[in-house]
Amino acid sequence: MAQPLVKKDDDRDDEEYSPFLGIEKGAVLQEARVFNDPQLDARRCSQVITKLLYLLNQGETFTKIEATEVFFSVTKLFQSRDIGLRRMVYLMIKELSPSADEVIIVTSSLMKDMNSRTDMYRANAIRVLCRITDGTLLTQIERYLKQAIVDKNPVVASAALVSGIHLLQTNPEIVKRWSNEVQEAVQSRAALVQFHALALLHQIRQNDRLAVSKLVTSLTKGTVRSPLAQCLLIRYTSQVIRESGVNTQTGDRPFYDYLEGCLRHKAEMVIFEAARAITVLSGVTTRELTPAITVLQLFLSSSKPVLRFAAVRTLNKVAMTHPMAVTNCNIDMESLISDQNRSIATLAITTLLKTGNESSVDRLMKQITNFMSDIADEFKIVVVDAIRSLCLKFPLKYRSLMNFLSNILREEGGFEYKKAIVDSIVILIRDIPDAKESGLLHLCEFIEDCEFTYLSTQILHFLGNEGPKTSDPSKYIRYIYNRVILENATVRASAVSTLAKFGAMIDSLKPRIFILLRRCLFDNDDEVRDRATLYLNTLGGDGSVVETDKDVKEFLFGSLDIPLTNMETSLKNYIQNPSEEPFDINSVPKEVKSQPLVEKKAPGKKPTGLGAPPTGPTSTADTYERILSSIPEFTSFGKLFKSSAPVELTEAETEYAVNVVKHIFDRHVVFQYNCTNTIPEQLLENVFVIVDASEAEEFSEVGSKPLKSLPYDTPGQTFVAFEKPEGVPAVGKFSNMLRFTVKEVDTSTGEAEDDGVEDEYQLEDFEVVAADYMVKVGVSNFRNAWESMGPDFERIDEYGLGPRESLAEAVSTVINLLGMQPCEGTEVVPSNSRSHSCLLSGLYIGNMKVLVRLSFGIDASKEVAMKLAVRSEDENVSDTIHDIVASG
Amino acid sequence: MATFLSREVCPTIKNILLLDSEGKRVAVKYYSNDWPTNSAKLAFEKSVFTKTQKTNARTEEIAMLENNIIVYRFVQDLHFFVTGGDDENELILATVLHGFFDAVTLILRNNVEQREALENLDLILLCLDEIVDGGMILETDGSIIAGKAATNSNMDDGASLSEQTISQALATAREHLTRSLLS
Repeated sequence: MAQPLVKKDDDRDDEEYSPFLGIEKGAVLQEARVFNDPQLDARRCSQVITKLLYLLNQGETFTKIEATEVFFSVTKLFQSRDIGLRRMVYLMIKELSPSADEVIIVTSSLMKDMNSRTDMYRANAIRVLCRITDGTLLTQIERYLKQAIVDKNPVVASAALVSGIHLLQTNPEIVKRWSNEVQEAVQSRAALVQFHALALLHQIRQNDRLAVSKLVTSLTKGTVRSPLAQCLLIRYTSQVIRESGVNTQTGDRPFYDYLEGCLRHKAEMVIFEAARAITVLSGVTTRELTPAITVLQLFLSSSKPVLRFAAVRTLNKVAMTHPMAVTNCNIDMESLISDQNRSIATLAITTLLKTGNESSVDRLMKQITNFMSDIADEFKIVVVDAIRSLCLKFPLKYRSLMNFLSNILREEGGFEYKKAIVDSIVILIRDIPDAKESGLLHLCEFIEDCEFTYLSTQILHFLGNEGPKTSDPSKYIRYIYNRVILENATVRASAVSTLAKFGAMIDSLKPRIFILLRRCLFDNDDEVRDRATLYLNTLGGDGSVVETDKDVKEFLFGSLDIPLTNMETSLKNYIQNPSEEPFDINSVPKEVKSQPLVEKKAPGKKPTGLGAPPTGPTSTADTYERILSSIPEFTSFGKLFKSSAPVELTEAETEYAVNVVKHIFDRHVVFQYNCTNTIPEQLLENVFVIVDASEAEEFSEVGSKPLKSLPYDTPGQTFVAFEKPEGVPAVGKFSNMLRFTVKEVDTSTGEAEDDGVEDEYQLEDFEVVAADYMVKVGVSNFRNAWESMGPDFERIDEYGLGPRESLAEAVSTVINLLGMQPCEGTEVVPSNSRSHSCLLSGLYIGNMKVLVRLSFGIDASKEVAMKLAVRSEDENVSDTIHDIVASG
Repeated sequence: MATFLSREVCPTIKNILLLDSEGKRVAVKYYSNDWPTNSAKLAFEKSVFTKTQKTNARTEEIAMLENNIIVYRFVQDLHFFVTGGDDENELILATVLHGFFDAVTLILRNNVEQREALENLDLILLCLDEIVDGGMILETDGSIIAGKAATNSNMDDGASLSEQTISQALATAREHLTRSLLS
């Protein structure tokens, strides 16, 4: 083996001669002594500096002493008049970034160069000096810098302006004095000077909205020559647009015309920047989007990969919010699936998955299958995520999508990739009831040959919860027991738990489960044996007294009702203070301390995957349930029906930020006030909300839970509970007053004073509306559900919605009003369509299934008419839906 | 460069890399603090190199890596990279790469290969210095960049890159451009 290796080295020496071969720091530092020669050899000195720079570039570091030594000898080279050498000296000084006392040595030389007649000296000396200088020196050279900004040589002007941009961060007050000169430079004929001047001018004024707006107004009218400056101006313009909002009278957006004009610029860079800016305008309309999409579409077929990438990446983002706007590009996009550049191909695929309609799914899947084998894992994860959301959008297509997922699950892949697939399957199983059985079987097959312990255990846990609820649970047993025979201890232990769950749920399987569990008693791992013994005992497999069925299920399926962090602290305390008494789990506080604001996470269907318990529809609801059940006063209210999204009760950036979450129970509502104290100098104690329910007659207050203390920036909750008639969707308005005791806090020590003052703070009103009694529950096949519900309690009526901005806006208003789940992707309105049908489903309080068919039409004057057909299990519920719409 | 984040509205370059055919450094320049240590830098270079290695980037290519956009181009045993943030206009990055590439081509008199590059490392370092200053784009025109780096170099023989050769070089560049437009 050694022979060929040596030979290869020899070969390489011949082939790859490098002037730096065998270079060594110590030797080069020795060589650097030539800098001190009385007769300077400029060429040799340049070479040595190049060697030093090479070493630094390769990641070599100099010690403090070495750096100082090199720095001092390099300063000697200012004596040489050789231009090339001087340039290398500048570079070297910048690389060494000398300390303040060293800087003084070179200051005078650099200042001399700053005033040299050679432009190149001036420009470079400015950049070096500004890089290494500090505030005090800056005042000395300020005069020269101001001159340099308006220097007729563009290189000098640019050097001064760019240095200004850097200095603005450290010495803003000085740089701000240069506004006049910078403003003059903005008018420069040299393209890059204009770019640099504009960047600096904007930064000087960035905190003054009016000034920025003026700057944009004047420049968008004039001619900005440099494409880079034009890009900057587009960015500043978008900023101004963001801050000013749409003109409410005309519906026009200020400066939109300018952005649209830039789409016809001759530089691609500018066209793209403008198109990108238009696509991210807040609340962009289809009319505004169209021209931008058109130019991006042209870029898609460009011969330059960079252009294709930029366009497809932007369209991909647009597809998230306006899928219909991008559909025109689908044909160009499909040809990109086979793009040489895999990044482009992946982006094209995921965009297509977002914009695709039901009929194109099968074709797309075929194309993707070919493509999956030759992309990296990170891209595959993106594709898997996109397929998951596609499947949720078109539940009828679950079969082909699920098949695709199971196929790729069998192929090679890393942990993250496999986890993404498994998570997706789990979510599909959870959200699409029809997909459950096939999905579980795919997972079972996967764990037969799964190298990741984590995934195996998670799947086994999931299987234990979902498997017993299927039509033929016994078929899963084999897969599970195989784990006990074949896997490592961790997987074996969780397989034992899963077996026990089957045993607990299905009596007919119990005897067989007992046999299997008894075999596990001879396992060579403690945990596996212990679990088997425990479960045999609880399930009664060893002939002992069987605990009641409810207890067993509670034990096997119930989640720990104690916050894990509290449990952890209690256990740590217990270990630190050893005592004879056994640890008592009841001593762990159940109160959730400063619950992080979970509702801040993106609302709606956030993939929760295996990590979250598979009971609740979203993790948020689960958290609420846990918080509420930890409050003894509320435990008698029964099962939580729905929690609303938080409603803000304060303006943004006020002293105290409060929002409310409405929790609906069968006979009660609980208002959870999430409070945040934004004043560091205050500690609030005994915080509670006084609710005036005089405009909500059907509600009567039954209890409240004040918040003991609310320190700065730590969110806390206080609750108020009301009773209401059972099962009735009572509505009403509530006005609120926050009461508390304020204590001053010394911010330096963090200690609060003893005496507090009582104070109150007016909050905004909020209402409980009919939509609060509706839970979003999707159905996979709307037509089937609609037919099987039957026309017995169908109610149909027509409504005029008056003039609307667009059909899409009208549709989303009605969906939000009803609070129901749009089905089969019907919430998306194709652009320019004059009519639209939308399908909604939901669960009304009292567990009443409700299905809604909406037909919309819009006429030339933007008047929208709507036909509403409701089917439900109860005629009162159907009527209520009409009432909601009629009163909304 | 503590100034980096506060300037996000401005097009910003995070680094420029010139690597050899094995992914080793010829010359690199970092302008952002995203890679604070030399080992972080090396790791980044390695992942960029492995990710792009298989592509045939005879013209400008593009990739995404760790929330960065990387435009790149390979010629013989030299690999050119320019990195910008996730939100950067890809075409601006491509312009910078273009400028860098053209400048190096001019300096190496069309002999774009590692050995030639190392022999003219001083000029290449000067080039890097003239393209971007602390993340801000300074100049994007390859011939101007090469001109700035080269007029300053005082070659003893005087003929290496005199006015004469510069104009020749410019002619070659123009030819290059026409060719790329025609292809």
